[in-house]
Formats: sequence, structure tokens, C-alpha cells
Amino acid sequence: MPRLNGPVRFRGGGFSPRDNGWASAGTLLGLVALWQLGASAGLIKSLFLPPPVAICAALYHLAISGELWRHLSASLMRLGIGWVTGTIFGIGMGLAVGLWSAFRSPGMAVVAALFPIPKIALVPLFIIWFGIGEGSKIATLAFGVFFPTVIATAGGVDNVSRGLIRMGQSFGLSTWAIVRTIILPGALPAILSGFRVTTSIAIVLLVAAEMIGAEQGIGAFVLSAGNLYDTDNLLAGIVVLSVMGLIVAWVIGRLERALLAWR
Amino acid sequence: MSGLRLALNGVCHAYRDLTVLDGIDLTAEPGEVSVLVGPSGCGKSTLLGIMGGMLLPSAGTVTVSGDIAADCLNPLSYVFQDFSLLPWRSVAGNIELVLGKCPSRAERVAEVLALTGLTEFADAWPRQLSGGMRQRVGIARALAVRPACLLMDEPLSALDAQTRDLLLDEFSSIIARAGTTTIYVTHNLNEAVRLGQQIVVLSRRPGRIRDIVRIDRPLAGRGARDPDLLAIEENLWRMIRDDAAAAERERIDAPA
Ligand SMILES: Nc1ncnc2c1ncn2[C@@H]1O[C@H](COP(=O)(O)OP(=O)(O)O)[C@@H](O)[C@H]1O
Ligand SMILES: [Mg+2]
Repeated sequence: MPRLNGPVRFRGGGFSPRDNGWASAGTLLGLVALWQLGASAGLIKSLFLPPPVAICAALYHLAISGELWRHLSASLMRLGIGWVTGTIFGIGMGLAVGLWSAFRSPGMAVVAALFPIPKIALVPLFIIWFGIGEGSKIATLAFGVFFPTVIATAGGVDNVSRGLIRMGQSFGLSTWAIVRTIILPGALPAILSGFRVTTSIAIVLLVAAEMIGAEQGIGAFVLSAGNLYDTDNLLAGIVVLSVMGLIVAWVIGRLERALLAWR
Repeated sequence: MSGLRLALNGVCHAYRDLTVLDGIDLTAEPGEVSVLVGPSGCGKSTLLGIMGGMLLPSAGTVTVSGDIAADCLNPLSYVFQDFSLLPWRSVAGNIELVLGKCPSRAERVAEVLALTGLTEFADAWPRQLSGGMRQRVGIARALAVRPACLLMDEPLSALDAQTRDLLLDEFSSIIARAGTTTIYVTHNLNEAVRLGQQIVVLSRRPGRIRDIVRIDRPLAGRGARDPDLLAIEENLWRMIRDDAAAAERERIDAPA
């Protein structure tokens, strides 16, 4: 007969990964350092992949010539207006779909049919509708941001506990008070994690839209550098985009911590 | 005695083809505590929902009558089994929520917090509180609107046995002091005899009134081990034992 004799073997623990800011920064810096070392050692050709030092130099020249700000401000303006527009309409539509039967099936049908369309394919159409200027670019972004925001918001509203809503009704709160104090805060975590998705989508669409008929903007800059095989400037533009993404993600993280402190 | 008279007349309820309540006739007198007991799934929560206007009965009527105080913001006020606190509002914020634009908001919040011993927790998040403290917030919120009728759905059932005993004493004196008509739903017969002036015994689903037991004693003198009350409790248990056993073996149709 098998026998047990000895201390009980520990079988718990694990499955709880922790965040470490130093590890994130260290990994990125380490990769850049490896890249630079490879280039300095002559293992990576400069045209093939310019070394970090050359990219920094390109960024420096762009910054002091004022060209960086010219492109960056045009891009940020489009990003800001397009994202905010798409987000406002998306949250509105998401609430309507989440709250009222009259909007639910029609709204979700439209979303299901239009969400999968690559918005880039619509840029020519937007140019015809809104002109070759800012209108078409902002519309592309807003359109791309709108659908995921609707889905995130409607999902968030669906997940708000019906019990809490009934509680509000039982204390005589108005519909508007219930939306404002129960449904919106309850859907906020889902809406905020939607922001993470929509800001990335917005940056991708921004660059794409700026590659079609724009003189200013990071996308236009990257395109023209690419056409000239000016890989230093090409990568400088890409670094700017990456930093933009990191900053946006950081801001959303702070927003979440501030607004969702109750969790 | 203050508060409303609540009268139910031939109240029936069905969820689709599941009949839950069948022909309930019942009167809750002003200022009196009515306890609804019955096996789980017999329709107690449904009945309470119908009484407070949260559910439409399939048949029958519920009428309220009586004067309500000028400062009453919500005549029929619930306390929920799962507390139903907004996790994104502080304790005080949860109470403010139901006071709307009432000019004496701050005073009322302070008053009910003091009444329930929550003053120093005013700024805490619900998640930072024990179950007992959360339910204290639940009753503080219900009282803040100066209700004419309190509707309590198994307010102690989500708590551990010791907390339940402590809160039962507290709730008993709060209810006695408030003097409002109270409908208290429970499946716990000890709670029933400690609080009930009329104890309405429901049968298993479809819930019908099996019996009404009156205890004409003030809540104040009712101790946890009062022999008279224990005898009534024993009696109630004999009444519902078979129903409870049968209900317990039944398939539960999950609520939608
Ligand atoms: N919304 C609902 N839809 C369908 N069935 C429900 C719903 N709510 C409750 N029920 C069913 O009705 C019966 C009575 O429920 P309830 O009133 O909650 O009983 P109790 O509070 O006495 O335990 C149960 O069988 C329950 O499964
Ligand atoms: Mg119940």
C-alpha cells in the first residue's frame, strides 16, 4: 500500500504576473543598445536599417529646422479632432444601442456591416464627400474610431448590473439620472479600454490618410522620405509615431487610474 | 403609528408559464412590521417587487393609502439582499444619490450615517467595507429618503451568522424607532419572530398564503432566546418544513 510520509508538497502560487516599469523601459533600451552595437560593429548596413544614432541625428535636425513641429502639429490636430468626433458619436450611439430596443438591432446591424470595412478603402470616397483637405482625413479617423467605440460602449452598458438600475428606479431617479450616475460610470471601464484600441486605430488611419494627398503630417513626411529611400528620416518619422502611441497609452493609463480608483 | 397601509388583492404572478404567486390577499397595517417567510423560490422577492411597484402583477391589485410626511422623498423604499451599492460612489455618495437636489441633503446624510454608526466611513468605497457595513449603508440609504414604507428583501441573508445576529438587533431597534410600515422578507424564522408583528407564511411555489401568525409584542422586548418566541419559531418551522424540503429538491428555473 502506498504511504505518505513527510511535509506536504506546496502546489499553489503562480498565475499572478506583476507589472514592472523598469523591465519595460530596460527592455526597450536594451534592444536599442543591441541595435546600435550591431550597426557600430558593421553587422547592419546603414541603408538597410539606419542605426539609432543616425535616427537621433535626423530627429535633431527635424526639430531645430522646425519641420518636426510643422508635421507633428498637423497630425495631432487631425488625430485630436478625428478621435474626439468619432468617440463622441460612438459613445452616443453605443448608449442608444445599449439602452433602447429601437436602436439596438438596427444599430448593431449597421455596425456589423460597416465595422469590418478597411476604412482606408473609403478614403477616395471621403475625398469626394469632404474634399481633399482636412475634411476627408478627419472623417477617415472619426469613422474608424466610431465603430469600435460603439461596440465597447454598448458592451459596457450591457454589463451594468440590472440590479443597480432597478435600485435607481426604486428610489425614484429619473432616466437621465440613472444614465448619468449608474449606466455611464458602470460602462466607463469598458469605454476606457475601448480608448486603448481606438487610439491605436486612429494613429494607423492618420498615417494612411496622410499618405493620400497631404503635404503636412507625419504620414506625409514618412511617405516622402520613403520615396527618396531616405531611411534616416523614414525611421525618425516612425519613432515619432511610436512615441505618440506610447504617450497616448500612458495618458489613458493615468485616466483609468484616476477615474477607476473605486475598483 | 405612522406610515402607509398596503393592501394586496388577489395578486398573481407568472414569469412566462411559471406561476410564482397565486391569489395573494394581504394587508400591511400602518407602522406594523409584516414578515414574509417561505421556502426559497416561493415568490417572496417577486411579491416584494410587486408591492413596491417594481414588477407588474399578472393579476390583482396593490393599493397604498395613508398620509406621507412632507419631507418624504420616496414613500416606498427598498433594502436589498445584495446591498446594491454603487461601487464607484463613496458611502456618503451612495446616500446622496437617492436624495437628488434635496436642500437638506448634507444634514440627512450625516443623520443616517450617525444612526447606523457609519460616520467615520463616509468617504470609504463600498469595496473597503465588510458585508455588515455595506448593509448598514443599505438601510441608511433607505431611511435617508424618510420613507413611509420600508421594503426589505432578505437584508441579512448575504451575511455570516455572527454579523447577522448583530445586525438583527440593530435593525430591530432602527425599525422600531422609525415606526414606518415595514415589509421584511426572509427565509430565516428567527428573524421572523424577532421582527414580525404579522408573519405571513407562504407555501412553496406557486406561493399562496398558508397562514398568518400574529405576535402582538413590541420589538423592543424581544430577546434572541425568548422562550415564547422560540416556541413560535418551532411552530413556524413545523408549518413550512415539508414545503421547504420539497422546494429544495425542485428544479430551479434560473431567473432571466
Ligand atoms: N425574472 C424572472 N424570470 C423568470 N423566472 C423568475 C424571474 N425571477 C424569479 N423567477 C423565478 O420565480 C420563482 C420565485 O422567485 P423569487 O420571487 O425570487 O423567490 P424567493 O425570493 O422566494 O426566493 C423562482 O423559481 C425563480 O426562479
Ligand atoms: Mg428572494
